[in-house]
Amino acid sequence: MATTAPGNLLMTTVDRAANWARTRSMFPATFGLACCAIEMMATGAAHYDLARFGMEVFRASPRQADLMIVAGRVSQKMAPVLRQVYDQMPDPKWVISMGACASTGGMFNNYALVQGVDQVVPVDIYVPGCPPGPQSLMHGILTLHDKIMAGEIVR
Amino acid sequence: MVDEKTVETNGRAPSNRESDVLDIWVAGTEEPQFQPTDEGTQEFGPDETEARLDDQFGRVVEDDYVYDDEVADDERSVINMGPQHPSTHGVLRLQLELEGEVIRRTKPIIGYLHTGMEKTAEQLSYYQGPTNVTRMDYLAPLHGELAYSLAVERLLGIEVPPRAAAIRVLMTELNRVSSHLVALATNGMDIGALSMMIYGFRERESILAFFEKTTGLRMNHNYIRPGGVVVDLPPGWKDDVAAILDDIPQRLRQYDDLLKANPIWLARTQGVGVISAEEAVAYSITGPALRATGVDWDLRKAFPYSGIEQYEFEVPLGHSGDVYDRYRVRVDEISESLKIVEQVMDTIPKGDYRVGDRKITPPPRARIDESMEALIHHFKLFTEGFKVPPGETYVAVESPRGELGCYLVADGDARPYRMHTRAPSFYNLQGLPIAMADSLVADTIATIASMDPVMGDVDR
Amino acid sequence: MTLSPVLVDLAAGFESVTWEVSHDQDVARVPIEEWEGFARAARDAGFEMCSDVTAVDWMRQRPERYEVVANLVSIAHKTRLRMITSVGREEPSLASLTPIWPGAGYAEREVYDMFGIHFEGHPDLTRILMPDDWEGHPLRKDFGVGSVPVQFKASHQVN
Repeated sequence: MATTAPGNLLMTTVDRAANWARTRSMFPATFGLACCAIEMMATGAAHYDLARFGMEVFRASPRQADLMIVAGRVSQKMAPVLRQVYDQMPDPKWVISMGACASTGGMFNNYALVQGVDQVVPVDIYVPGCPPGPQSLMHGILTLHDKIMAGEIVR
Repeated sequence: MVDEKTVETNGRAPSNRESDVLDIWVAGTEEPQFQPTDEGTQEFGPDETEARLDDQFGRVVEDDYVYDDEVADDERSVINMGPQHPSTHGVLRLQLELEGEVIRRTKPIIGYLHTGMEKTAEQLSYYQGPTNVTRMDYLAPLHGELAYSLAVERLLGIEVPPRAAAIRVLMTELNRVSSHLVALATNGMDIGALSMMIYGFRERESILAFFEKTTGLRMNHNYIRPGGVVVDLPPGWKDDVAAILDDIPQRLRQYDDLLKANPIWLARTQGVGVISAEEAVAYSITGPALRATGVDWDLRKAFPYSGIEQYEFEVPLGHSGDVYDRYRVRVDEISESLKIVEQVMDTIPKGDYRVGDRKITPPPRARIDESMEALIHHFKLFTEGFKVPPGETYVAVESPRGELGCYLVADGDARPYRMHTRAPSFYNLQGLPIAMADSLVADTIATIASMDPVMGDVDR
Repeated sequence: MTLSPVLVDLAAGFESVTWEVSHDQDVARVPIEEWEGFARAARDAGFEMCSDVTAVDWMRQRPERYEVVANLVSIAHKTRLRMITSVGREEPSLASLTPIWPGAGYAEREVYDMFGIHFEGHPDLTRILMPDDWEGHPLRKDFGVGSVPVQFKASHQVN
């Protein structure tokens, strides 16, 4: 029936079923910006296959997507666009910040970049690397799945 | 049932779970590891005015071109494409002025990926420079590093040993193959041949595996540095390269079976996005886009670098400057690059992989334990860096997108005074309004894909 | 210095231009009044493509603050030429090369955006890389890098 997850959270079977359904077919929104986008495309390609997790459909429209993988460096000009795309996504939605530039500004600690995408949108998982290889990105995605299944992230 | 008002919140006011992500991690633990502060956060300016947002999001278009007054204003519509759109070329924004389905004017708006790399280059030493330059054109990172390293070496007045030059040619030609594979993959996917995406990335994996074995990274390698290359090729590299050389030509034949005589492909690419040779030269377009118009201009033949003149290869040319010719030029360039790789593999000389000058090249790590001098040199080179005598130079290499040049100004210090990269995609984008004038909206994607812009290169 | 045959005729028409060789490349230092005229003559002499236009901010090291550099290339003669001119301090401006080589259009917009140098005769001199309402010109030497102090988790506050 009801199970307890960390954080004094009671979950019912319905919650667990809903979380299972959410993780097994999460649709990423295309937000590939720079070099990390190429590694994200490689993760979706044949060698490291995202389709085995039900995620190969990268939805072009944010209204049809659950997950925004911010892949690449976010410049000052791009930040309002990023926020607008995030706002257009319906709940429940998650954000993975892929790469060093998206997580913290990376090696470019200067006037042109937003130093970390969490200044603009709330982030659930940070994937380090420059660029993170497909295996790192998949580890990040699977960690997100585990966190949703365990009820640590509640939307 | 937990009563919301009595929930422990560590003394802070109950926060909205939707937006306060930190709360989720901190809740449930005894003591927080650290208190979140505002230090280090960037502040955005004051609240934007509606007018600026209107312009950014394309709701209002500034009239800065001369109108054709014969057409009524209400017959033309302005459409905004991007900066976030599914065509996988990065953050390019286009404003298209349409008359029905026909495009009358195009204005590319760029700068959504501007990273301030030229400013960062003034803060990094010459040995750290390649880490910066390699992330500009991220599909051809080794070419960026090569242009920068050649510029620094020219200012220093040194020549790299022949083995280093041959290794550089090997790596950059393999990089050309992997970049053209991405171009073919995205071209195909944008025009509708979705399996090209899978094929292109599959072939690329074998090349990236070789790069990872040699340089340590799949992309953005920081391998070619001033003075040579950073490590020698790994033992057994000839087998890996031979496997690549066996594999890719037969895959290219598969792609030709899929695309070359395919009536849909021909209908969507022939006669589409035409640029004439005079226009291409006037708009500073270089690379496959220029060669597809028939102009025989390849920097590897015109201004050879890094010993590439010893290898025999041809430069494929097109004749009509349309999307189909650019596609054919890229496919043929893959075959020519593989020919060069094979010649390098057969003729690579033995020797040093970096210049022997101790003031420029760091000592091997093992020597640092043994020799005081090596330790001191290592320390000086990695904290301060080597100094370059004052001067300025411009070196260009032929990247998969065109002329990738580095204009470097040195003032005797350990950091560049000014480093400017002549980015090929920046100039190739100027040809986009020309190629798309008076064409149909549906051909826009094909034209953009065939110009193969890499936005990291455009915006730097 | 001995000039290549392509450049001899070009040099004959402009006495105020000084020629030098910088690491095996020909460089012409052109006074600012002759910038456009010399560029037209160079294009007629065979330099069909302008491969790059950029600028350098010398701050107080030189009497004129900025240097504008144009790299030209001749496909027919397989040779390069660099044109350099010095531009003053307050409200720097010079003639645009876009009417001569349309390919210089974006490059001059970038120089305007990054340095604040005006190009007269440019069809659309607006900011190209920075947002439209950005204040300041980032690549000038008196514009800071804009780095933020990095906070490391679990480190002591050192002041």
